[in-house]
Amino acid sequence: MTAGQAARAATLGVGASLRRKEDARFLHGLGRFVGDIARPGMLEVAFLRSPVAHARLHGVTKPAGAEKRVFTLADLGNVRTIRANSALPGFRVSEQPALAGGKLRHVGEAIAACVAGTRAEAEDLVAACGLDYETLPAVHDMLAAPLPTQPLIHDGWSMNAFLETRRDDDVADLDAIAAAKVTRTLRTSRQCMAPIEGRGVLAEWDPRLEQMIVTTSTQMPHVTKSGLADCLGLDEGQVRIVSPDVGGGFGYKGILLPEEIVCASIARLLGRPVRWLEDRYEQLSAGANCREHHYVITAWADRAGKLLGMDCEATVDAGAYSSYPFGACLEAAQVGSILPGPYILPLLRCHTISACTNKPPILPYRGVARTGVCYAMETTLDALARQLGITAQAIRLANLVPPDAMPYRNLVGKVFDSGDYPEALRRAVAAFDPDSIRARQAKGETVGFGLATFCEQGAHGTSVYHAWGIPFVPGFEQAHVRLSPDGVLEVRVGVHSHGQGMETTLAQVAHEILGVHPDKVRVVHGDTALTPYSTGTWGSRAMVMAGGAVAEACRQLGERIAAIGAALLQVQASDVEVADGKVRRKDTGGSVSIADVAHTWYRAPQNLPPGVDKGGLEITAGYRPDPDTGTHSYACHACVVRVDVETGAVVLEDYLVVEDGGRLVNPMIVDGQVLGGLAQGIGTALYEEMPFDEAGQPLAATLADYLLPGTTEVPDVRLDHMETLSPWTTFGQKGIGESGAIGPPAAIVNAINDALASLGAEVFDLPASPPRVLAAIAAARAARQ
Amino acid sequence: MKPAPFAYARPKDWADALKLLAAGARPGAGTQSLGPLLNLRLAQPETIADLRHLPDYAGVTAAAGVLRIGAGTTHAAIEDGVLPGRLGEIMAGVARRIAYRPVRNRGTIGGSLAHADPAADWVAVLPALGATAIALGPRGERRIPTAGFVTGIFETALAADELLRAVEVPVLPAEARWGHWKFCRKVGEFSKATACVLALPGQAPRAVLAALDAPPLVIEDARALMADPVAEAARILDGFPGLTAWRRTIAGAALRHAVELAGVA
Repeated sequence: MTAGQAARAATLGVGASLRRKEDARFLHGLGRFVGDIARPGMLEVAFLRSPVAHARLHGVTKPAGAEKRVFTLADLGNVRTIRANSALPGFRVSEQPALAGGKLRHVGEAIAACVAGTRAEAEDLVAACGLDYETLPAVHDMLAAPLPTQPLIHDGWSMNAFLETRRDDDVADLDAIAAAKVTRTLRTSRQCMAPIEGRGVLAEWDPRLEQMIVTTSTQMPHVTKSGLADCLGLDEGQVRIVSPDVGGGFGYKGILLPEEIVCASIARLLGRPVRWLEDRYEQLSAGANCREHHYVITAWADRAGKLLGMDCEATVDAGAYSSYPFGACLEAAQVGSILPGPYILPLLRCHTISACTNKPPILPYRGVARTGVCYAMETTLDALARQLGITAQAIRLANLVPPDAMPYRNLVGKVFDSGDYPEALRRAVAAFDPDSIRARQAKGETVGFGLATFCEQGAHGTSVYHAWGIPFVPGFEQAHVRLSPDGVLEVRVGVHSHGQGMETTLAQVAHEILGVHPDKVRVVHGDTALTPYSTGTWGSRAMVMAGGAVAEACRQLGERIAAIGAALLQVQASDVEVADGKVRRKDTGGSVSIADVAHTWYRAPQNLPPGVDKGGLEITAGYRPDPDTGTHSYACHACVVRVDVETGAVVLEDYLVVEDGGRLVNPMIVDGQVLGGLAQGIGTALYEEMPFDEAGQPLAATLADYLLPGTTEVPDVRLDHMETLSPWTTFGQKGIGESGAIGPPAAIVNAINDALASLGAEVFDLPASPPRVLAAIAAARAARQ
Repeated sequence: MKPAPFAYARPKDWADALKLLAAGARPGAGTQSLGPLLNLRLAQPETIADLRHLPDYAGVTAAAGVLRIGAGTTHAAIEDGVLPGRLGEIMAGVARRIAYRPVRNRGTIGGSLAHADPAADWVAVLPALGATAIALGPRGERRIPTAGFVTGIFETALAADELLRAVEVPVLPAEARWGHWKFCRKVGEFSKATACVLALPGQAPRAVLAALDAPPLVIEDARALMADPVAEAARILDGFPGLTAWRRTIAGAALRHAVELAGVA
């Protein structure tokens, strides 16, 4: 820790590891999630879902006597389909109905909603419904999906693909000049995001306000409000979204759900509140998926390992529909722009395709495309290094953007704000003893050392997103601050905190500016009726955007407070400063508390100075970094694994992360973010996999089959921080929330491949499960014979 | 998901339980397997007879060289040492690695055996220990060697009108050597291959290979396996032609490791 960091750590403001204000309610079981909230007269909803992946739906037979408690699309009235369009040329837009109409496009697609007093009774109704459909061949293989031989999932499309993108640098000459060339075919598995709390929706119509109030487990209440109003045909004043405590988001809750539209429609039709709580079976078999990538990637390098160019064919299985608001092509289309990672890459040819298949739609999961892209880049770099006979460290040092090049614009136009990428790598390697690993390998132990370096763009704004043309473009983030009569500061933000600890960190920001004790700062979020518009919590943006907005609102509020305080102190505003919760004379140090200023404004206005600013002690302020192309945090992950060549099991012996997130507003919370992401990255690397059979049936519909890492599968991790400030943000902070989930597959598989190098074996597909590891060893043995 | 409607019955004694069974009730013990099956509506019994409150359902009695373990004895009780001696030590070691502690707190040895999931631990271990299942039916108790108790996937030798009352396990001398090895991809996961070896002084060692999507294979005389684990494992596994290459590999590893752990290789 530097002296500056130590000084900050001793405060209550930016840089202090304050304990989380929100933890008391969670640790005492007092959190309020959708499942904890009930209304008088509330009905529970269960969905009749498609048992098949692809079919013509002829009809639903409602159970006799219960016709009015079963709702099909026709019963919902005039609801619009979900359309998450994109302005990217060639994008094919899907129409996702709230309930399936003429066609079934994935297992688990909602067909009818059944309502009853309890969920169990609603499920009884589901079981009593009849379903008439004609099964069609399922499109289950993303590589085959776009071929003309495949049945079309959406009528009127010319092929099963949402989008293709191309970048066509000329790489034809590289074969002649390169000292090394490798080609790899790599695959990452389809995953299910698995927050502990699933989705949940409670919809009620308020006839007094003529308003649909939907309490829903979402990361993006304001975007959900816009989308829901559009689908329901209401104006936006007629929709209020409340997102209470949310038990993990990770991208799974960044979507407008068909179930939200259905519950809202039924609540209005029946005039009663209705609630649907997703269960684990629905989450695994019907909820959105993520992560399934396929790469054919070629890289050329010179003798020193310096990259000359890359060629990448990337396919992402986007599932059956384009989800609102991020759309179906965010992952694949990003591959071309994030493949260079933290490296200097002179040439890139890249073709991507967002395949449409009979699977649930994909959503951007923590790390979004970066987890797969980092895996492709980093394993390919190691393959190059092995071919050249240089170390994994050397090939990275030959290509990382050096600190003196910052800010650096790479070949695809990404601008890296700041950082010392090579230093992160050096610090990571220095924390290990490579000689001892080599010595163990020499003795025949299958242990290996693996590295991954990457950077994470966070809080990217208007200039990046307008080009996507998806249903929203993030602009100025707003925060509202109100000084209450007793001096308590209320802070209202449109982002949502569901594990990020923002009720604490935003209080630290307010304290940093105004000196109000964090205990006297109340952060309000998760209700569109109470908070300013925001696109929500996604893209590692909240601490940069909402942090910046809260700071700006507090700064402006401070000016108002100073003016009143100065009058009470009988000096000019320029003679005072706001600090430590007081307005203080710069000369004598005489002061009046902020609470006294508040009391004067609200309760003793007779003491206000003439000509006081009539705006009062409430401010809504907007903020956007300039430029708004995003911060780039970066990290080096390094690990040692031991591979059991008898069973294919992989043990993580040691894991280290060197991370630079700029100014850490709360270092303890950042550590939590990195560790939580890391557990998910370990899941991607070694455990998580949702296979589908040829009929498009998901084969891991319980947590006995879909393996998530638990406490015993996540090792003690060493964390090391660098703190290079971003020149573009309020405190120099950078988005860092997704980073932990990006590096592990690359670092772990590189370590496995290092362990297996003496056997000539290499793992290509994720997760590196015991069967895959043993198959790699067997393939190498077969190739030698 | 939530269960389909069912009636809940709590028999006051064993005769009452048998009457409920005869009327079609499904017996429930710790319900750690039955519960999820109910919730997924894969099981839809009209009535569940909750056996947990029956007299002597849980607990251990010692007599004439055997320990009689009530079917309702939880994995946690066994883990915590309810069984004495060398046998208790061995069974505690097995119990400790069944699923997770919350499952062990409710799950029972009898419920697990009667459920007959091929990947379950007691299904593999009890035959290796030479245990006998005590069935209770309208005609009284019937003794079924556990080596033949599990007859298929989720199928047992219990008659439709019988309940599993207890298991009897011969006590073991201090010199008993024991090898138990299973492969789980993560802690608490169902085994993908399990093998056990029990070697007693002066007797041919006994081995069991289990968790291969089939009833356990009991090898009453495992001397050939002890003598040449690699070759004999390969021969044994030829009897499981449906296994994937990986499953066959770890099943072979299970047999070899169980032999090694028993210390008689």
